[in-house]
Amino acid sequence: MLNPYANRKYVIGMIVVGVSLAFVARLFYLQVIDEDLKIAAANNSQRVVTQYPSRGLIFDRDERLLVDNEAAYDLMVIPKEVLPFDTAQFCQILEVTREFVDVELAKARAYSSYKPSVFMKQISSEKYAIFQEVLYKFSGFYVQTRTLRKYPLPIAAHVLGYVGEVNQAMIDQDSYYKSGDYIGISGIEKSYERALRGIKGVSYYLVDVHNRIKESYADGRYDTMAVVGSHVVTTLDAELQTYGELLMANKRGSIVAIEPATGEILALVSSPSYDPNLLVGRVRSKNYQMLSQDSLTPLFNRALMAKYPPGSTFKLVNALIGLEEGVITTESSFTCSGGYVVGNFRMGCHHSGAINFLMSIQGSCNAYYANVFRRILDNRKYGSVSLGYANWRRHVLSFGLGQRLGSDLTAELEGFVPKVDYFDRYYGEGRWRSLMLVSMSIGQGELGVTPFQMANMTAIIANRGFYCIPHIVKDIMGPQEIDPRFLARHYTTVSPEHFEPVVDGMELVVLAGTGTSARTPGISVCGKTGTAENPHGEDHSIFVAFAPKHDPRIALSVYVENGGFGATWAGPIASLMIERYLTDTIARPALQERILGANLLAD
Amino acid sequence: MPRKTNILAQLDWLTILLYLSMVLLGWINIYAAVYNEEFQSIFDTGQRYGKQLIWIVLALAIAFWIVVVDGKAYSFFAYIFYAVMLILLVGVLLFGREVAGSRSWFDFGSFRFQPAEFAKFATALAFAKYVSTREQSVATPRNLAVLLGIVLVPAALILLQNDTGSALVYGVFVLVLYREGLTGYVLVLAAGTALLFVLSLLASKPMLVVSLALIEFFSFLFLSGRLKEALVGLLVFGGLSGLALGAAEMLGLETADEDLLTVALVLANMVFVVLSYLKRVPRVYTAILVLLGASLFTYSVDYIFHEVLQEHQRTRINVLLGLDLDTQNTGYNVHQSKVAIGSGGWTGKGFLQGTQTKYDFVPEQSTDFIFCTVGEEWGFWGSTIVVMLFVALILRLLFLAERQRSSFSRVYGYCVVSILFFHMAINIGMTIGLAPVIGIPLPFFSYGGSSLWAFTIQLFIFIRLDASRAELL
Repeated sequence: MLNPYANRKYVIGMIVVGVSLAFVARLFYLQVIDEDLKIAAANNSQRVVTQYPSRGLIFDRDERLLVDNEAAYDLMVIPKEVLPFDTAQFCQILEVTREFVDVELAKARAYSSYKPSVFMKQISSEKYAIFQEVLYKFSGFYVQTRTLRKYPLPIAAHVLGYVGEVNQAMIDQDSYYKSGDYIGISGIEKSYERALRGIKGVSYYLVDVHNRIKESYADGRYDTMAVVGSHVVTTLDAELQTYGELLMANKRGSIVAIEPATGEILALVSSPSYDPNLLVGRVRSKNYQMLSQDSLTPLFNRALMAKYPPGSTFKLVNALIGLEEGVITTESSFTCSGGYVVGNFRMGCHHSGAINFLMSIQGSCNAYYANVFRRILDNRKYGSVSLGYANWRRHVLSFGLGQRLGSDLTAELEGFVPKVDYFDRYYGEGRWRSLMLVSMSIGQGELGVTPFQMANMTAIIANRGFYCIPHIVKDIMGPQEIDPRFLARHYTTVSPEHFEPVVDGMELVVLAGTGTSARTPGISVCGKTGTAENPHGEDHSIFVAFAPKHDPRIALSVYVENGGFGATWAGPIASLMIERYLTDTIARPALQERILGANLLAD
Repeated sequence: MPRKTNILAQLDWLTILLYLSMVLLGWINIYAAVYNEEFQSIFDTGQRYGKQLIWIVLALAIAFWIVVVDGKAYSFFAYIFYAVMLILLVGVLLFGREVAGSRSWFDFGSFRFQPAEFAKFATALAFAKYVSTREQSVATPRNLAVLLGIVLVPAALILLQNDTGSALVYGVFVLVLYREGLTGYVLVLAAGTALLFVLSLLASKPMLVVSLALIEFFSFLFLSGRLKEALVGLLVFGGLSGLALGAAEMLGLETADEDLLTVALVLANMVFVVLSYLKRVPRVYTAILVLLGASLFTYSVDYIFHEVLQEHQRTRINVLLGLDLDTQNTGYNVHQSKVAIGSGGWTGKGFLQGTQTKYDFVPEQSTDFIFCTVGEEWGFWGSTIVVMLFVALILRLLFLAERQRSSFSRVYGYCVVSILFFHMAINIGMTIGLAPVIGIPLPFFSYGGSSLWAFTIQLFIFIRLDASRAELL
């Protein structure tokens, strides 16, 4: 059988032969004729040098320097290029032992003979200067310049975070990083890593037999320039931050201060804290070890990661939800008979007689809110307690509670506002009543809220109904932009008009209520005390406040662990913070002395 | 029914010998590529060459097994192989592991498996099966549509894995179609398209208009065979262009040269149409259609290049065309690859003596760029021998394919030939700067179990079919 297209095999065969001949011709040209390539290859001692860009600096809102860079020098080694050398001199200059040299060389060889390894990290500039003179005697060694972080002010360690060496998992995830590179591990250093790190550059050099760089390879045609990291301007007020850390000295707890209109974080204090300079350079791992074993857990960021019951401060939210749902009005009164009593149930309080709306906030009446809360849950409109609860929960969530706010700070905790099925599981479906949950009316029970969320809730009230996601970075001085999500306003499910009476109540708290300890001369402070029940010891003292009443410039939450009643420690601290921020001075040295002198850690 | 003979005696031992020598050379070069003083034993299974040895031994076992199976099985189960392969390709998209941006690997602990490699022979089987079951030519629209479907479905799935290189391999089935009766214009068209693509990116805009005019000139000449009219048309274009450019110069107009030339080309075509109508010259409209098609293509290349291709693909084409000496690392890699090969000289630096290939200057040294090691350590002679081994194997397979009596075996043979040729041409081409950097392995040489096994299976199925060519009709 003769296939009509059989002759086409010649065409295909010719294509194959033609391409192959072209390859052979090209190979002949490359391998036999072209001399340039052989010259390039003859200089086979080529070195690839990574140009590390300096990391972007970090400033406070008034462009005061918070994080600076300092040069450091890593001694690198390429084992295959190491020739026998004068170890005595080597050890003497670098102040290391012979054993150290042997161990490190073995380590480097185990990693790779051809690729550079870090032989000795971060040698001082003095040692570097001496060593540079004699470097040519030590073939296979060279010095790589890097930058280390330096903190001119020893503040805001938790916010700024720290920089550390990449691990294998990070390298696998992002091929930009190579062994020995640095990366932001926490805080701003982590969340703004891409802006801060810049872009590494690569230079190719030819080196002579003494391992000295002779010239740039191919006139630098293949080199890429390093791009310096962008500077980051934070929203922090360094003075307020410093002052807050000072006030919180010898206390456990936190302060979160926010500019309500913008969501900019003015101060974020978690106490006890540590000097960020401790986690830099060669001392880092030792200090990290020490800090992580400290029983006061200074590495733990309480402001974002600690979950407490919100206590009486949460009455504000219940008041707002009650007004929105129409189960109360600003005219509503309830009787307090020294507590809230239903049958055998009793929740203590300390008022007597009829309590109206403003008084309920001013005096933090438990009975009043037990009534409000039960009315919200038992509202006939929703048909069942669980639907009433679900509706209540929807309102609570709109205040940013029980969920991550989505700030640019790493490691926010969600907090906890139980879902309907939580109680279904606990009590059985349809078998729970509003009375069983009544402790939530006064912010106790299952609720868990972080100080960060609480500060945001206060900002919402200050704004009369909305928040911008609290954030720590104001501006990036480079091609990157800050996330537009920080500019959007998030409205709660409660109408703005209901906020004003609550604000009036908060003003009374400070003027003549439970929070008079937060009274601040010349400033109309609105606040609310709270006490988080602590089963392990003395209760935690909570105070939330904003000021001035009209056109507020600062909203904050203050937590003092084991500080007892909210007005005792948290109130005055909030007051001093407000005074400091709004007037730049402190007119009450005696109060300041009392706070600074207090040591609540001694037990 | 023909008498059953000893299958070993029927095998084409020349092909097997070529195969064995290539696999052996590949192994030696992988050893050289990853050689390092600390791990000297070539049998160290912790190193790539040690692993490759395991793959080779298992590949031989697979080859043996393929040969003992009844030759009819491959035709009989062709569609089943194909279906299984499609399922695996979908599976890898869903459950695969992402490596360097491509989701094309199944991960079983220390062992990884790349279905795209195996999809090639399964597609070839289904392709051959379909052609062999048709009475009419492959060039009927229906047959062509089905065959394109058979080829494009796995190609599309592989494209979804973001493995563009492996997907491009499927384009080579056009050679098989050509052998089976598809018009020769497809080859001209393919070559012309590639040329025009390069021209669109390289040539200046006025040059491009002139090129388009020349394309029209040659296609008209080729189609009608009328030299005189073709020349007249070209002269009219030349004259009008000169006039337009001269006039613009004299009047000091700011109009761009390419616009003037385009106007000249349009006018020339009008004259051309009128003249040909009067003289009743055929094929004028076809030539004008070619011109329009080519123009459209040229303008769309710009769009495709800047809007459709991904950054790294653009870079590779730029590097190949010499437009971009370096963006990031691609240019550096190809340059290093050429330096490594070029430094080999006539006879090379000798086994394990290569310096360029050892310092990680060339990426994927033991896989896609294995030819660098050959070039550096064995020089011009060594690399020519490797190229010649490929030519010998491909031509031998071409010869075997032609002697088949069943169309299934012949078409399958051509598929093997085409796939091998494409891999060889692109892989070696990229290391010497004649093809863009497309990450596909050099058959039998590159490190990797999936690729070695897939090529072994593909080749030995054909060897098996050839051995029983007397029985198969």
